[in-house]
Amino acid sequence: MNQAQVATRIPTEETLQRPILELVGIQKHFGSFHALKDVNLSVQAGSVTCIVGPSGSGKSTLLRSINMLEAIDGGAIYFKGEMIGQEVVRRRRVPVSARKARQQVLNFGMVFQGFNLFPNLTAQENVMVGPRLVRGTDKRQAAERAALLLDSVGLKNKGANYPSELSGGQKQRVAIARALAMDPEILLFDEPTSALDPELVGEVLAVMKELAERGSTMIIVTHEMKFARDVADEVIMMADGQIVERGLASTIFTNPRTERARSFFSSISKQ
Amino acid sequence: MQVSITDSDSNLVTDESRASAALPIGKRASTARWISYILAIYVVVLALEFFVFNRNWHWDTVFSYMFSQQIMIGLGNTILLTIFSCVLGLIFGIMAVWARLSNLWVLRTAAGLYIWVVRATPLLVILLMIFFLGALVPTLGIGLPFLEPLVETPTNQVITRFTAAVLGLSLYLGGKSAEVLRSGVISIDSGQFEACKALGISQFNAYLRIIGPQIIRVITPSMANELITMFKNTSLVSVIGFAELLTTVELIYSRNFKTIPLLMVAVLWYLVLTSLAMYGQARLEKRFGRGFNRRVGLSPAVEQQATEMVVLDEQTETQTSRGEGR
Ligand SMILES: Nc1ncnc2c1ncn2[C@@H]1O[C@H](COP(=O)(O)OP(=O)(O)O)[C@@H](O)[C@H]1O
Ligand SMILES: [Mg+2]
Repeated sequence: MNQAQVATRIPTEETLQRPILELVGIQKHFGSFHALKDVNLSVQAGSVTCIVGPSGSGKSTLLRSINMLEAIDGGAIYFKGEMIGQEVVRRRRVPVSARKARQQVLNFGMVFQGFNLFPNLTAQENVMVGPRLVRGTDKRQAAERAALLLDSVGLKNKGANYPSELSGGQKQRVAIARALAMDPEILLFDEPTSALDPELVGEVLAVMKELAERGSTMIIVTHEMKFARDVADEVIMMADGQIVERGLASTIFTNPRTERARSFFSSISKQ
Repeated sequence: MQVSITDSDSNLVTDESRASAALPIGKRASTARWISYILAIYVVVLALEFFVFNRNWHWDTVFSYMFSQQIMIGLGNTILLTIFSCVLGLIFGIMAVWARLSNLWVLRTAAGLYIWVVRATPLLVILLMIFFLGALVPTLGIGLPFLEPLVETPTNQVITRFTAAVLGLSLYLGGKSAEVLRSGVISIDSGQFEACKALGISQFNAYLRIIGPQIIRVITPSMANELITMFKNTSLVSVIGFAELLTTVELIYSRNFKTIPLLMVAVLWYLVLTSLAMYGQARLEKRFGRGFNRRVGLSPAVEQQATEMVVLDEQTETQTSRGEGR
């Protein structure tokens, strides 16, 4: 496996000092429903942040807002100090143009709960299609890179298979390779293993763990507490559209400060 | 406790029954099948009597006209009309569905009105209205309303029989195919659009390269229906006197009164062209079914080959040839 071509960047002294991503006072409504209530978060380059919390607490909405799949209606998101998603034009803040949004979204790679692979493309074509269409990479180069990436997620021989011919765990690993192909600065995972049969969860988590060890910046919504304890630098708990507790992975599960977090952790550890 | 499948201590299975396990498995004799054969033979004989032994068909006349110059010109016109109207109609349809799904309400409303009117108006009326447009607006021009137009030509110079036919048919097809296309768009899982967005793929490229092929797969049967209907609808342009196949046929039998044989000439040609269209449909379904139709019945060796990583430029070629074998 070719590390240099697959690995994301190694964090340097400088990038470690300032957060690569900052969310300030994020608000989001769906009609009259208040889905995100003043969410503040900062993420250091090279760190792994796990987001946990009960269903409907706004975890997906938060990830989707970062990735501009949802438009926020208050607050701001800063990537490397620069506001993304919106810009100030003649002293008014407006959404960025579609073109600029496409540029900004390249900073993030998204892995969805339901894979969202393109069913009409083979595994390898799924990984190639982003670089081909967005960066104009030539076909041979894109194919070689895709082969390397598939190799790195343990799918060396599955490149010619269509998604319908792959297991859930294999599909999700293709999806990870597809996200990596665009060389994103931050990887976003929205419950990447929740749609998988229990025996397939491990293979996906192993790939994610390897990415974390290589220094990728990752934000992961997950219910896998053991994984979070092993891999996360910081764990964030959300409830009712707010961050209710945050802490080091080593302490938050064993010593939650709020009653809410305590009952949530005990309810999922019972399962 | 040890359980073995070959353990035959129980003697529940007789030796005779055990021996029959080696017999090959054949088809079960079924009364329904025999009845269906007898019925089929009956129908074939009836059809022979009707088509071959009934001299009123005048098959010799049919074949003498089948490739006659006049019919060939009419057939050529029908094909030309079909091709022009299909291409233009699909362009109208794509524009209409794009406008219909736009986030600008002006576009949405315009497309909605167009589709509404086309669905409500019989094709015959559309054709006549366009052909007689000259009566409504004597000249066509470009410019602002109520002001002198910048360029101007007499309507009757632009609207010939052929352009009226093409315009009428394609406006009609545009409205109908817009709805078919829309049904394709809404059948696509929103996750597909989100994945494209997350990869930074522009909407145009997403539709062209990723979502489009999936839409084509879904809509091929109903779109083929629309196109075949439209091809037969070309016969309606005889009301404005454009000499396509059916009009030509009518012209001939109004002179020699060999009505049935000449209609048969048209029917045979329509059968040939529809068969071509259906062959095209089958090819499309196969092509755009890739990734959806599971590969079945492949030997393990072929499966193995199929899963081999293909890195080189031949990639697409191998895939298409494999696609046809599926
Ligand atoms: N598109 C939407 N329209 C309306 N309500 C939504 C939409 N998306 C999410 N919600 C609501 O927002 C809340 C948070 O959803 P989500 O972020 O998906 O929660 P989680 O991922 O934590 O389970 C839920 O109550 C959900 O019903
Ligand atoms: Mg969710």
